[in-house]
Amino acid sequence: MTQLRLLLLLLTLSLPAGAAEAEAEATRFLAESFSRPPASATVWLTAELKPAVRAILGHDMTAARLRYWRLGNRTAWVLDEVGKEMPITVGIVVDDGAISRMRVLAYRESRGWEVQSPNFLRQFAGARLGDEQQLDRSIDGISGATLSVRALTRVARLALLLHQEAIKKAPPP
Amino acid sequence: MLYHLPRRNTLALAMCSALAAPAFAADNSLETRLQALEARLAQIETENKTLKQQLKQTDQKVEATGDQVEKIASQGGTGNTALARWAEKTQLGGYGELHLNQLHNNNPGGADKKEMDFHRFVFFLGHQFNDRLRFFSELEVEHNTVEGGKGAVELEQAYLDFMLTDTLSVKAGSFLVPVGILNETHEPNTFYGVERNPIETKIIPTTWWEGGAGITAKLGNGLTFDGSITSGMKADAGDKYAVRAARQGLAEGTKAKDPAYTARLKWTGLPGVELAGSVQYQSDISQSTDTTAGAARLYEAHAVINKGALGLKALYAGWRLDGSGPKAVGADRQNGWFIEPSFKINDAWGLFARYNRWDNQAGGGDGVDSSYRQVDLGVNYWPHPDVVVKLDLQKQKAPAGKDELDGFNVGIGYRF
Repeated sequence: MTQLRLLLLLLTLSLPAGAAEAEAEATRFLAESFSRPPASATVWLTAELKPAVRAILGHDMTAARLRYWRLGNRTAWVLDEVGKEMPITVGIVVDDGAISRMRVLAYRESRGWEVQSPNFLRQFAGARLGDEQQLDRSIDGISGATLSVRALTRVARLALLLHQEAIKKAPPP
Repeated sequence: MLYHLPRRNTLALAMCSALAAPAFAADNSLETRLQALEARLAQIETENKTLKQQLKQTDQKVEATGDQVEKIASQGGTGNTALARWAEKTQLGGYGELHLNQLHNNNPGGADKKEMDFHRFVFFLGHQFNDRLRFFSELEVEHNTVEGGKGAVELEQAYLDFMLTDTLSVKAGSFLVPVGILNETHEPNTFYGVERNPIETKIIPTTWWEGGAGITAKLGNGLTFDGSITSGMKADAGDKYAVRAARQGLAEGTKAKDPAYTARLKWTGLPGVELAGSVQYQSDISQSTDTTAGAARLYEAHAVINKGALGLKALYAGWRLDGSGPKAVGADRQNGWFIEPSFKINDAWGLFARYNRWDNQAGGGDGVDSSYRQVDLGVNYWPHPDVVVKLDLQKQKAPAGKDELDGFNVGIGYRF
């Protein structure tokens, strides 16, 4: 019996955490961000939008469009960005052009996990896009997590840019 | 006979007939036109319906195309799914640094160091077997060429990391000892100064790797614990038990009689702040090859603080070596510390100053002052966050009769 339990434990441990967990985390994030989560909409990464996205990320996105959720002037985004090797999935809510919530939904890098801490993420609250699509404030880094910090800063800027784009496309009534 | 109707009546009559006739005709024509309009409207409605359907279909097609494009893009566009899957799980990276040293030796008869050196050229190779099991390696060519006892090809890391839970992972293989600031993070764009600071060279012998097993536990509230059991050092009387020379590097014949136990506690609970301390214990620093040597303990503590433009790094590291052998040459105590304030002018430019002190024979047994001091002042320029150009001035104060190198260093470095 003990052996069976151990085997079961080992099997559970060796199961890949995977996309399903990230998806479930995203659903939870949305449920917390809207009293009633709206249906998703998409922003297409048009030729017009692409250069601005590239300027922020330093590379093109592989996606052709991005899903988002919107209620009035509030939009929510679930975005992936690589820190060093693996994509970090981040949930971001933008209210009237300022970040109101930010959470790491899936962290897959081997180092730099400290960026998930609420103390670190709190720095992004209220941040807006300033000059040259930079954040209007400086974000204090975490030593040993530089690449993850940079990835999260890029994602924050991207969400703010995409928010502007979504609102421009269909201004609130 | 000609009747002349009164002029006014004629006009009225004319108007009547003019109005009556078209009114009659208009009845017919209006109906026709209305019918025509209705027919046209129905036609437009049908067309509109068709267009809407077509638009819906087009939307669906576009979405499907988007799906396909993203799928292909995520496979790297190779279309070869097995290769694409492998490539997606395999990571390549690297870093390197080229140094120019222009240092004058104040020690009479000592050689100047006016050299250029491709100090490090490093490749990272990693593979993600699944979400919980990964491999990571770092292969390095040091000093460009391996020839005549100079230069080296070193496998500095090669380990398997297994994530047991979100907060607990274990690793096994060859990995970097969890001590100090630079040992685990030493890409040139992450630190000031062309050369690594002397404390993390002479006292903490970076890059310092050992073979064995370790655990990492995230304890919450910004606390992380690392613990490891690894191969140990083999210090030698011929090198006056200097720790840098005692690394075995996991080369063939590495003595593994006396393991090293390392523990580190790190706190990163506030953004921009890291406080950490490590201890290491080895039961015999000579791997039981020297009866006059004994156990060794390393104590290390450091702080890294970055708030806005201001930065501060400070580190202390010290060894205690047991045994009469190390004591006789003063190597029973080997220690050092540095403090490094810095200022970031903007994202591309940063200035720093560093005061360093170290002594590999700090024990009093030899009755000789063996302490070194060094001041560094310099600038880093990052044309890209991953690329750096460095310049610094160095001034040393060495013990009498030892090499004392003053001058400047220039370097370029990158990581990707």
